Amino acid sequence: MAKRAAPEVNAGSMADIAFLLLIFFLVTTTIETDTGINRKLPPIEDSQEDVIIKQKNIFTVLLNNKDQLMVEENLMELKDLRKAAVEFLDNGGIPKGQEGYCDYCHGKRSPSSSDNPDKAIISLKNERETSYKMYVSVQNELVAAYNELRDKRAQSLYGKSFTEMQADYDNVNWVGNKTKLKEQLEKIKVEYPQKLSEVQ
Amino acid sequence: MGKFKKKKGGELPAISTASLPDIVFMLLFFFMVATVMRENTLMIKNNLPYADQVEKLDKKDLVMYIYAGKPSEQYKQYGTEARIQLNDKFAGVEDIAAFIAAERASKREELVPFLTTALKVDSDANMGLIGDIKQELRKVNALKINYTTRKGNVFDKH
Repeated sequence: MAKRAAPEVNAGSMADIAFLLLIFFLVTTTIETDTGINRKLPPIEDSQEDVIIKQKNIFTVLLNNKDQLMVEENLMELKDLRKAAVEFLDNGGIPKGQEGYCDYCHGKRSPSSSDNPDKAIISLKNERETSYKMYVSVQNELVAAYNELRDKRAQSLYGKSFTEMQADYDNVNWVGNKTKLKEQLEKIKVEYPQKLSEVQ
Repeated sequence: MGKFKKKKGGELPAISTASLPDIVFMLLFFFMVATVMRENTLMIKNNLPYADQVEKLDKKDLVMYIYAGKPSEQYKQYGTEARIQLNDKFAGVEDIAAFIAAERASKREELVPFLTTALKVDSDANMGLIGDIKQELRKVNALKINYTTRKGNVFDKH
């Protein structure tokens, strides 16, 4: 009887499989990028001009050393902060017909709250013992309030949320008029400017 | 009865290893692409806080990192207070100005205005330290900062 050697497995296509896998991983993995909340610090100015701001245009947020939150003289839970900030920013207290009237605001138009989103300032003060975690959470909620208003405004003007528009703007593959999109983004940023001041 | 003769042992066909280099290269390429080089060895606990209104921090070459937090287990001799880490060393608040100057000097001049300082601070640190860092950054006019966070809901218990 003739001795039969087992046939050798053909490994010629192994390299192809290997390259296929390589390309698959190359395409699917995204290199992790850091994310975070961007802020701009105020420059140190020698000549400190005192700008007079009406008390009703300031939304005071205080964080004490026990991580408790005080908003406009009242103790508040973190989860209520976003809503309170939105109400304050979107108030539009100047009556119709007068200068500075905010025709796109949907707030209560209470005369004791902010005049218009351009005048409204959020002032955040923390103590040395406040935890970083709480501080970031508060910052996050305040940014969220601005984003909520901008989203709403963009939705009514352009039928798309501000966040989506911004994502489109950053997307290299987006097909459309980027200069026009930038103008639209700028318009919304002007209507709801982020005025967040931190007290040292 | 030769028909039922058993095959002799030790005649297993040799497995071809011709594709081994391919597999190895594949793994090599994969790891080369997917790994992010950590520039600094962390000497502190760095449990970043969570936030969901975040922006991406791309252009890695335009970011300066300042770490802060409690010294980790191996570096207990440095105490339990939250500390600043710049590059591979613990540093004091007064070293920040020099650090920023060095970072700026290492970049092309036209890119200097676009530099961002990323604060990678442990969630347990307190704001006193961060206030000091911010004050120091204002002094050297490095005004663009980023509180680096992880993506997640603020209200969830992590």
